[in-house]
Order: sequence, then structure tokens, then C-alpha cells
Amino acid sequence: MGSRASTLLRDEEIEEIKKETGFSHSQITRLYSRFTSLDKGENGTLSREDFQRIPELAINPLGDRIINAFFPEGEDQVNFRGFMRTLAHFRPIEDNEKSKDQNGPEPLNSRSNKLHFAFRLYDLDKDDKISRDELLQVLRMMVGVNISDEQLGSIADRTIQEADQDGDSAISFAEFVKQVLEKVDVEQKMSIRFLH
Amino acid sequence: MFLLLPFDSLVVNLLGISITVLFTLLLVFIIVPAIFGVSFGIRKVYMKTLLKIFQWATLRIERGAKEKNHPLYKPYVNGIIAKDPTSLEEEIKEIRRSGSGKALDAPEFELSDIFYFCRKGIETIMDDEVTKRFSAEELESWNLLSRTNYNFQYISLRLTVLWGLGVLIRYCFLLPLRIALAFTGISLLVTGTTVVGYLPNGRCKDFLSKHVHLMCYRICVRALTAIITYHDRENRPRNGGICVANHTSPIDVIILASDGYYAMVGQIHGGLMGVIQRAMVKACPHVWFERSEVKDRHLVARRLTEHVQDKSKLPILIFPEGTCINNTSVMMFKKGSFEIGATVYPVAIKYDPQFGDAFWNSSKYGMVTYLLRMMTSWAIVCSVWYLPPMTRQPEEDAVQFANRVKSAIARQGGLVDLLW
Repeated sequence: MGSRASTLLRDEEIEEIKKETGFSHSQITRLYSRFTSLDKGENGTLSREDFQRIPELAINPLGDRIINAFFPEGEDQVNFRGFMRTLAHFRPIEDNEKSKDQNGPEPLNSRSNKLHFAFRLYDLDKDDKISRDELLQVLRMMVGVNISDEQLGSIADRTIQEADQDGDSAISFAEFVKQVLEKVDVEQKMSIRFLH
Repeated sequence: MFLLLPFDSLVVNLLGISITVLFTLLLVFIIVPAIFGVSFGIRKVYMKTLLKIFQWATLRIERGAKEKNHPLYKPYVNGIIAKDPTSLEEEIKEIRRSGSGKALDAPEFELSDIFYFCRKGIETIMDDEVTKRFSAEELESWNLLSRTNYNFQYISLRLTVLWGLGVLIRYCFLLPLRIALAFTGISLLVTGTTVVGYLPNGRCKDFLSKHVHLMCYRICVRALTAIITYHDRENRPRNGGICVANHTSPIDVIILASDGYYAMVGQIHGGLMGVIQRAMVKACPHVWFERSEVKDRHLVARRLTEHVQDKSKLPILIFPEGTCINNTSVMMFKKGSFEIGATVYPVAIKYDPQFGDAFWNSSKYGMVTYLLRMMTSWAIVCSVWYLPPMTRQPEEDAVQFANRVKSAIARQGGLVDLLW
């Protein structure tokens, strides 16, 4: 039923999550209700199957990689804190936050962290570089099976050529950022606004 | 010891008298009207009184929350996040279409294309249409059942007393009454149909069997205190047709069958259900399948076709969705029933969750738990719309026909028409 959300999540926990992620009290309660409705086993954690049960996620080409982003290295279960930490990347950047003190830790929804999230969807082996193979894999997932390997290869080459600046035939995080920022407004594309 | 004796017999006497009174009341007010299909209107008055009490209860909670200055958990039916209005399927088609063009038109691809899919994915994780449909619907006002209350800490003393009274009434008065009625209804069904089964085939047998079925379904409807409003009764299914309805709970069958004569389709179960099924089929031809036969689609299709082609047999009742949905939307209809080629009579059933949520989450509750929950709710209120009959057009296939029927049902019942 997804019921009793506000009584199962203690106030101290809500405060901690608020501090860490920046979500408001009501947003955290709502997302907790969502978390419990996804948690079919009712053991307080989500597994990969719980995510895969969402039909629209199953048809998303990047579905598996997005699901992986929730799970810390080598683990199969994610608890509510981890769930919120990942979702926090998509919180819109508020104006009053932009000029916060530079001494504190960077908020999870900063532009740099949003870009890191997207970069990690490409960079499977986590070597901080998008190699030609990794790019090919993502291309194949997004563009489907109707296009030949040579065409795909030429698209990948063209993309790397455009972005690569230090000549190592791979795209580093800095090159990725530069390439992407020219074309899109990252804050807008990687932010999800709450209705209430 | 001697002092106890007269006291003892007094208690026994009182008990005897109260049980007799109870049963007389039961008979007069519930069973006899059920047999003849009339209603005293008691349930409607009951419903109106309950509504007034619920509104009062919700106001008290809101006032309590305001006093303590806390945010109130209010369920939002339109979703919690602002979603990107473009459809994921359309975008995927766009990207892939540009890929299968001529070799010269290389598909456009940017590193930043990934952002769209990433965001859509996270959006569906936060809030998606489909998974929402599988958990019970959330209410805007409290109906004095603890199972639907999300704001426990704002209940005042007066409200708690009222809730306690509600629990007492529901568990100590309504529940035994309902169980007695259900028991009466089921035993009448089993004995009635068995008796009718001994008669020789003919008009007399048909007439009696229809009425025995109807009477027992009506008693069961009263056992659940179901307050049903039927619309457009002139479109009720006729012989040789298939009646198709959206599925929320096992009691959908009772609700429809108490207003018309149907032949049931289903798998033979063991236990009490099996006894009921075997008795029913003695009186009139229902279509029951063995567990092994259910997997054989051709056999199923053949038996159903044979049934609908025989005009003397009653219309079949089928729920094409397969699984129980929480009554806010209509999911994809399985196409099997639409291939048979008979006239389809669509029916939309919509429950009002204010008085008792009829949704059966089969992964959470077993059948017995579910029935107990039903019998300890205030009432089951629902509306049934009979839609005009539809037939498969020559140029559409079974899937398109199924979708057409599904949209008609969704539109009528005010349910969301979902692709999944």
C-alpha cells in the first residue's frame, strides 16, 4: 500500500537526508513512499529486479546502466539513503545555492556532479576516459540494430575526433564537459522539478 | 451452585432469543428482498450517513495538523514530478529511423543525446504511471479505516473514540452478519443448483437454474454490503455473446452476475471453490477448464467458440486483463477472447474507494485475508456501465479490436487507458 510513510521514516533520518541531498521534507516523504512501493520484498532495500520491473525503464536504451548507477561498487542492494543520494543528482539547482560558500563539500546536484553522472554512463571501466569501444557500445544501444557496424564505427570516429583535444583517441572528462557545454544547458536537461 | 442455575438458564434464554431475532431480521430485511430482487433502500441511507462522518473526520485531522504546524501527507494523483512531455517511444523511434536511412544520411548523434534518456530513466524511477496502478489508490479524505490513514499522529481523542466505535461496529456487528449471509448464500447456491441438476433438460430447468444463480448472487452482494449502480441496462449481454469487463477483484464476478445471467469461464480449483463450481455446472453449462487444459490455447478457443455458437447458452463472462489492477486504469487486454468472432458486450466497472478498497493485491494478500478485509470495510460502492455491443470489423485484427474495446471501457469508466 505504500502507507504510513511518515511514521516509518524517523525525523532524524529525514534531517540527515535533507542535509546531504537538499530535498525538502515533503519530497523525501514522497520518495520514501515510492521507494517502499518499489520494494516488493519489503526488506528496506531495492535490488536490480525491483528496478527492472518498471516497464518504461525496461525499454529505455540506457536502462541497465542507469540502474547500475544506483548500486555502489560490487553491491546488489541499495537502501533508501543510497537511493536518495543518486536521485539527488537530478535536483534542480536553486539560485540561492549558486553563491553558497565554497568551503563546504560540493552539493550532489552541482553541474559538475550532474556531468559526472552522465560521464559514468559512458565510462564502464571507470578509467575516466570514454574509449572508442565504450562509445560504440552506447551508440549501439541507442541507435538500435538497423545500422551497420561500419556506419556506427564512422559515427564514433567522428564524435571522438570532434571532442578529442589531446590526441589520445579517447574522451576525457574535461573534453566531455567542454564538448557538451557548448551544445546543451546541462542544468536544465539533467534536472527534474518537483510539482509541490 | 443452585444460585447459578436460574442465572444460567436466563443467559441461555437471552442468547436463544437474540439469535432468533437476529435471524428473523436477516430473513426479512435481507434474504427475502434478495430473492425477489427488491430493495428497501437501507444501504443508500447507510452510505449517506457514512459520507457525512468521513468528511467530519477529515476536517478534524486537517485541523489537528494545522495546530501542530506540520505538513500533512496528502496524496497527489497527478504525480509528484514535472515530467518531460515527449514520449520515450517516439524519441527512440526518431533516433532509430534516422539510422536506417540511406548510407549518405548518417544519423545525427551527439555526446549529449545521452542526457535525454538518462533523465527519462530517472523520471520513471521516481514516478511512473504503471507501477502506480498496481498499488492501492490513495484517498483524499479519511474513511475511518486505519489501513488508509497516513497521518496517525494528528488524531484527536474524539476521533479515536469514533474510530474505536467504527472498529466495534465493523468487527462485532457487520462481520458476523456478513459471514452468516455469505454462508447462507453459498450453501443455497450449492444445494439449489444440485437440486435443479436432477431435473430433465428443458425450459423449466433453465428458468429455475437462472433464478437460483441470481438469488444466490444477490445474497452474496448483500453479504458484502455492495451498493451497485447499473447504467444503460438496455445494453446487457445476450445469448451467444461474450461479456468483457475490466478486472479489479474477484468480486467483480458477483457484481456482474447479480444483474444478469452469465456462463462463467475459468479453471477448476480444489476445495470450496471446486465444490461450488461442480455444483453450478450441474444446473447450467458453464465452461470450466482443468489446469492442464488452460495452457492449450486452441482447446480453450474451441470450447469457447462452441459455447457462443449455441444460441441457447448464456453469454460468457471474461476478464481479459488477466491480473487485478487497482481500478484507476485499464491495462492491455489479452487478445484470446477477441479472436473468437462473437459479439462483444463491453462492461466498465468502477469502484468508489471511499467506503472500502476492493483492489486485491495478490502479491500481498491471500484470498481469505482479502475477503476478510472486504467484509470488515464499510461497504463496497461501485458503478457498472453496460456499453453498446461491438463486433470485429473486417479490416482489423484481434489486437486492434481488443484495443478498441479497451479504450471504450476506459473512457466510460473514467479510467486511464494504458498501453502496458
